[in-house]
Amino acid sequence: MGPRLRAAGLALPLVAFVSVTFLGPMVNLLTKSFYDPEVADALPETMAALRDWDGQGTPSDEAFAATAREFVAARTERTLGRTANRVNRVASGMRSTIMGGSREMAEAAAVAEDAGVEMGGAFWRETMIGIDSRWGGPEPWRALRAAGQRLTARHYLKALDFERGPDGGYQRAPEAWRIYVPLFWRTFLVSLGVTLLCLVIGYPVAHMIANSPPKRANVLLLLVLLPFWTSLLVRTTSWIVLLQNQGIVNDFLVAIGLIGDDGRIAMIYNMTGTFVAMTHVLLPFLVLPLYSVMRAIPPAYMNAAVSLGATPFQALRRVYWPQTLPGVGAGCLLTFILAIGYYITPALVGGQSGQLISNMIAYHVQTSLNWGLAAALAALLLGGVTLLYVVYDRLVGIDRIGLG
Amino acid sequence: MSVPAPDDRGESRVPHVEFAGVDKSYDGENLVVRGLDLAVERGEFLTLLGPSGSGKTTCLMMLAGFEAPTAGTIRIAGRPIQDLPPHRRGIGMVFQNYALFPHMTVGGNLAFPLEVRGVEPSLRRERVKRALSLVQLEGLEDRRPAQLSGGQQQRVAIARALVFEPEIVLMDEPLGALDRRLREEMQYEIRRIHSTLGVTVVYVTHDQQEAMTLSDRVAVFHNGVIEQAASPEVLYEEPEKAFVARFIGENNRLDGVVVSDEDGVCEVDIGGQKVRAMSLGLCPPGARTTVVIRPERVAVAPPDGRYRNEIETRIDDMIFLGDHLRLHMTVGGASDFIAKIPNVVGHGAVLPGDTVRVGWAALDCRALVPEELAEGEEEW
Repeated sequence: MGPRLRAAGLALPLVAFVSVTFLGPMVNLLTKSFYDPEVADALPETMAALRDWDGQGTPSDEAFAATAREFVAARTERTLGRTANRVNRVASGMRSTIMGGSREMAEAAAVAEDAGVEMGGAFWRETMIGIDSRWGGPEPWRALRAAGQRLTARHYLKALDFERGPDGGYQRAPEAWRIYVPLFWRTFLVSLGVTLLCLVIGYPVAHMIANSPPKRANVLLLLVLLPFWTSLLVRTTSWIVLLQNQGIVNDFLVAIGLIGDDGRIAMIYNMTGTFVAMTHVLLPFLVLPLYSVMRAIPPAYMNAAVSLGATPFQALRRVYWPQTLPGVGAGCLLTFILAIGYYITPALVGGQSGQLISNMIAYHVQTSLNWGLAAALAALLLGGVTLLYVVYDRLVGIDRIGLG
Repeated sequence: MSVPAPDDRGESRVPHVEFAGVDKSYDGENLVVRGLDLAVERGEFLTLLGPSGSGKTTCLMMLAGFEAPTAGTIRIAGRPIQDLPPHRRGIGMVFQNYALFPHMTVGGNLAFPLEVRGVEPSLRRERVKRALSLVQLEGLEDRRPAQLSGGQQQRVAIARALVFEPEIVLMDEPLGALDRRLREEMQYEIRRIHSTLGVTVVYVTHDQQEAMTLSDRVAVFHNGVIEQAASPEVLYEEPEKAFVARFIGENNRLDGVVVSDEDGVCEVDIGGQKVRAMSLGLCPPGARTTVVIRPERVAVAPPDGRYRNEIETRIDDMIFLGDHLRLHMTVGGASDFIAKIPNVVGHGAVLPGDTVRVGWAALDCRALVPEELAEGEEEW
């Protein structure tokens, strides 16, 4: 074994760890956004029978028979509920249609067996439409067929607020029903706002630290880093203590008579809370790259600019600012990317109006268990960030980023 | 700019730059610059020379406006400038490491002082061109500073400090980063530019050779005060302070006590031997003194009776330096007494261990107030 191979071997534990705990689950989850074999596996004969259907009217008698057989069989094995859930996501109402219908189908099958009636396609067509008239139309069949596609774009379409139209095709949801695209927009704007706020607050701070004598710079840097060593949860919840209705800030404002006791400002559980807490949490990520870039800029440049006749503001704008751009780029990109996927802070202090797309992803992972949609939303987010990165690289050049 | 002199004694000539009783302290306790009085004439090339930490750069920074004096006044053409912010002083400055803006081209760097002054583009281009040709860098407008050699960067920095036609140019150890050969070339270049433009230059360096080469006048700084400000010749030939004698060029120093002082010549007892030196009226009889004598003014085995100072001594060591020889010997208890003798025909075949007679003229040595070495101060 060569020395290089042995050296690479040292990295093996990490590679293995990352693969097992990060890459693997990520690929697995992202796969779910476009690959969904569950319904297809649960109802193979139904899918085979529906394959040749033109999507108009009702499918063939064989399809009715296969569907009923598989529904009844799955019901007995108690696996039908999951399948029904899947189909329900394609077309709401399908869950009750399937679950309720299957019970009556089982009963009909038992009766028919006792009576010795042959249960062919025609029998099931008649029985199913009798149980639920909807089986006589194309919609439930379209839903079944759509849910049965292994490779599917429906999660992505849903994540982009498209819905199934009456003709089976996809169309944009009506304005009031759109959820995800506005949420993406909100996430984007909040992240942009937080990033800019961090930049406005962090730039002078970084400048001050970079131009302080070493001893003071260390203390200031410590103050910036201190929040890093505190649990994110503690930091976020302390904002609740500060900003809530009966919190310190409101109490203070009431005490000094700036607002009345009935006019307490809602600063938390809304967008304001999300903004304040996220800015606080993300500030170090902007200050640190800025600081390391600024520290490398000798003060002689500013002195030179001023001695050449520039006002302090001109010197800042023309000489200092351009030289800090690599740090500004690095810090903003880092902050923006972190902000766009932020979850815990908006979840804790965002209330309803301060929720971001990651909260929706968490909802679909934990509560609605629609992992396919969660994965699609996450994939879109990841794609957006990657796109941003590429654009930044094209415009500025990623190698110009200065992390110090 | 005709401003009457503050004390109206009918003098029409107002110094271009004037420090009057300037103190500077960074911590409110230790003075970096103490009671500085210094006047620079219009068109003069004045160098502030001194070891690091002697306060010379602080003076420059106060003049440029980056530091404020703790006490005292700085005037430009008779007008106090403490309330004038640095960007309105109209002083060109060349920084130690050039401070060329790395994100601008050479042309951008040169145009910068013109842009912030609102000079219109066509005129700007012409003046940038002229400044570049002044430092012999025509056609390099589009280069970035990083693409230039050290010497070229230095020239650009000088051009940038001159392009807006300031009347005063400050240079803070501008040649410190260059190698020796380039440094000498640039010294010549700076001299040429100074004589071409006739601007007033205040130059800071710790290199005494550089100061001698460039300056009309040199102010020697030590511990925040000016020890002596004079032309290079006067500083070399007629030092008034032991520090100046030590710092400028090379000097032998003999510590002793003044015995008598007559007609400008004093007799000094140096470890039992009598030495006659120029008395400057600094040390009365009985006082301790330091007699300084240049090594090249010491003659080895001079004709009898030529010099009033003659001492028998043994040569401890001899170093051959091509055009001259350095003889190390012990005189009056000082073991570092040096004689420099030119390597010419008949310089006298002396060898280490030989006992020789050395002599020098009383005119060539001076009795100065001994230097009290501050504790821990670096020996030069």
